[in-house]
Amino acid sequence: QKVTVDVLDHLERLALVDFRDSEGVERLQKAIQFADQLHEVNTDGVEPMDSVLEDRCLYLREDDVTEGNCAKELLKNAREKVEEYFVAPPGNIPLPKLEERDTYLQSS
Amino acid sequence: QVSAALKKGHVTPTELCQRCLALIKSTKFLNAYITVAEETALKQAEESEKRYRTGQPLGVLDGIPVAVKDNFSTAGIETTCASEMLKGYIPPYSATVVQKLLDQGAVLLGKTNLDEFAMGSGSTDGVFGPVRNPWSYSRQYKEKPVPESHPEDEASNWVITGGSSGGSAAAVSSFTCFAALGSDTGGSTRNPAAHCGVVGLKPTYGLISRHGLIPLVNSMDVPGILTRCVDDAAVVLGSLAGHDPKDSTTVQDNFKPFELPSLTDVSKLSIGIPKEYHAPGLSSEILALWSKAADLFKNAGANVIEVSLPHTHYSIVCYHVLCTAEVASNMARFDGLEYGHRSDMNKSTESMYAATRREGFNDVVRGRILSGNYFLLKQNYESYFVKAQKVRRLIANDFMKVFRSGVDILLTPTTLSDAVPYTEFIKEDNRTRSAQDDILTQAANMAGLPAISVPTALSERGLPVGLQFIGRSFQEKQLLTVAKWFEKQVKFPMIELEEVKRHDHGVFQHQKSASFS
Repeated sequence: QKVTVDVLDHLERLALVDFRDSEGVERLQKAIQFADQLHEVNTDGVEPMDSVLEDRCLYLREDDVTEGNCAKELLKNAREKVEEYFVAPPGNIPLPKLEERDTYLQSS
Repeated sequence: QVSAALKKGHVTPTELCQRCLALIKSTKFLNAYITVAEETALKQAEESEKRYRTGQPLGVLDGIPVAVKDNFSTAGIETTCASEMLKGYIPPYSATVVQKLLDQGAVLLGKTNLDEFAMGSGSTDGVFGPVRNPWSYSRQYKEKPVPESHPEDEASNWVITGGSSGGSAAAVSSFTCFAALGSDTGGSTRNPAAHCGVVGLKPTYGLISRHGLIPLVNSMDVPGILTRCVDDAAVVLGSLAGHDPKDSTTVQDNFKPFELPSLTDVSKLSIGIPKEYHAPGLSSEILALWSKAADLFKNAGANVIEVSLPHTHYSIVCYHVLCTAEVASNMARFDGLEYGHRSDMNKSTESMYAATRREGFNDVVRGRILSGNYFLLKQNYESYFVKAQKVRRLIANDFMKVFRSGVDILLTPTTLSDAVPYTEFIKEDNRTRSAQDDILTQAANMAGLPAISVPTALSERGLPVGLQFIGRSFQEKQLLTVAKWFEKQVKFPMIELEEVKRHDHGVFQHQKSASFS
C-alpha cells in the first residue's frame, strides 16, 4: 500500500524534516517495503529485546552533585543568547497547514 | 616496537609527531582527516618527550600518535560528524575514550572523516567529501591491469575505504598514525578495516564507554579500535575498557587489561562456520579465502564445524527498523538552539527548527529520520518496532545457542567483496549499499558480541580482504588470542605506497613498523 499524503504530512511535522522531492517519498516507500520482510518471521511468544544488557542491574550512583556550574561553556556554542538564556523565536505558533506550506508535498 | 624505540630514545615523540603531521600533509589527497590539530599535537608530543627524558613515561601509549573519528567529542577541537549541522561546533568536553587516550599520553593528531553522522558503508557521504582508500595508490593495486580503463581514468580509479569509519582506517593504513578510534553500529569499524587492510575491533557492547560518542543507535553503538596489528588492538582496548559512571550502559564488572599469549596449540579450540554467512553476492575469491582459513584451523588441529544462525537473513531488516527508529530519536536534539547550525528563519520556534534541520542534514540522514518516525507511529509501533525487537531477540538467541553448544569462536567473511571503485559505488544509493555491505557484520551488533576483522590476503585486484572472528560476550581475550594466531599464520603483506617510499630513512622505519606495542 502506498503511504497517503496525510501520513506524509504528519511525518514531516513530527520529524520537522521535509521530503524534499519525489526521491524522498520513494525512499520511504522502499524502506517500508524492505521492513515488511520482518513479517515473515514467526515471533509468537517472543519477548521484545530492548538491550543486550537486560540481565544486568543498572548502575546507580549516589545522588551527590559532582559536576556542573558550567553555564558559560555551554552557552558558548549557542548562536543566539541573552544573559543565561537560549533565545528562540516565538513559540506556540503552529507550522502552516499543508495547503499553505511551500513544500514538495503540496504540489504532489 | 615504536613504544620500545621511544623508551630507548631512538626516536623522540616530537620527531614522531612531526613525521606523522608531514605525512598527513603529503597524503592529503586521501581526505582521511577533517581536522588536523597540529598545535595541540605538538604540545602533547613535547610533554611526552619531557616524560621520557626523565624516565617516567605514562605507559605504552605515551607519545604514540593517534587519530579519532569525528563523531567523538573532543574538547577544544572542532567536532563535525561530517555534517553541516555541526560545522564549527567545538565541544566543551572530551569523550571518555578520548580522555583516556590523552591521559595515557597519546598524541591526538586530528579528527578523521566519515559518512555523515556515521550513516553509510563507504565514507562517501560526508560534507567534506569521500575518503580514498590508500591501497588505491599502492604498487600492489596499480600494477594490476584494470579492465576497460584508459590512461586518463587512472586518477579516478581510486577505490573507497568502506565505512563509516573510513577516515580512521585510511589514517592507520597510510601510516599517519598508529591507532585510531572508530565507531561500530552495523560494521562501521570492521568494514573499512577489511577494505584498508588493518585490524578492526568491535568490543562487546557495554565494555567501553560511549560517553562523548555522538549517538546513532544507543543500543548498538560501540567505540571501535583500528590498528595495524592485533597486539596493538589489545593494548588500546586495555586502556579504554572499563566501567564509566558517565555511561550507564557500561557494565560494572572489573576489567583487567591483558597481554595476548602467543598461542601455539589450537587443538582445544572449536571454530564455528555459520553457513548463512555464505550470503548471495559473496565473491568467489572471499569464499575461497574463507575456506582456506577454515582449513588452516582444521590442519592445526582445531575442531572446525559448520553451524547455523537461522535468522541471519533478517538481521539486516531488523537493523534497518531499529536503527532508523533510534536515529529518529537521537537526531531530535539538533534544533539549532543550543549548538550547531541555526537557520536564519525566525518566524516561530517550530519553523526555525524545521529550517535548521533542512539546511543541516543531508538526504541520507533525513531519509532515516523520516523512516524511523514512520515505524514509530502509533499505528505502526507494534508491527514494525516491537516486531523488530522480537526478531532481535531471536538473532541474539541464535548466537547463544551456538556458543552454548561448545563453539568458541565464529569465523566469517567481513565483506562481500574487495573495495569497489568510487565511481561504481555511487551508482547505488546509500540505503541499498548499507543493506548490502552490512550483511555480514551487522548481526554482531544486534547481539552485542565482540568481533574483529583481521586482514587476510590481497585480492586479485591487489586490494586487501579481511576475515571476521566473532566471540562470546566479554571474552575479548580469547577472541584476540585466536585473531593473533591467525594473523601470524597469514602474514598479510605491508602496503607499498610510493609517497611513503620517497621519505624513507631511519626514523621512518619505526613508522612503518607494524606495531607500536
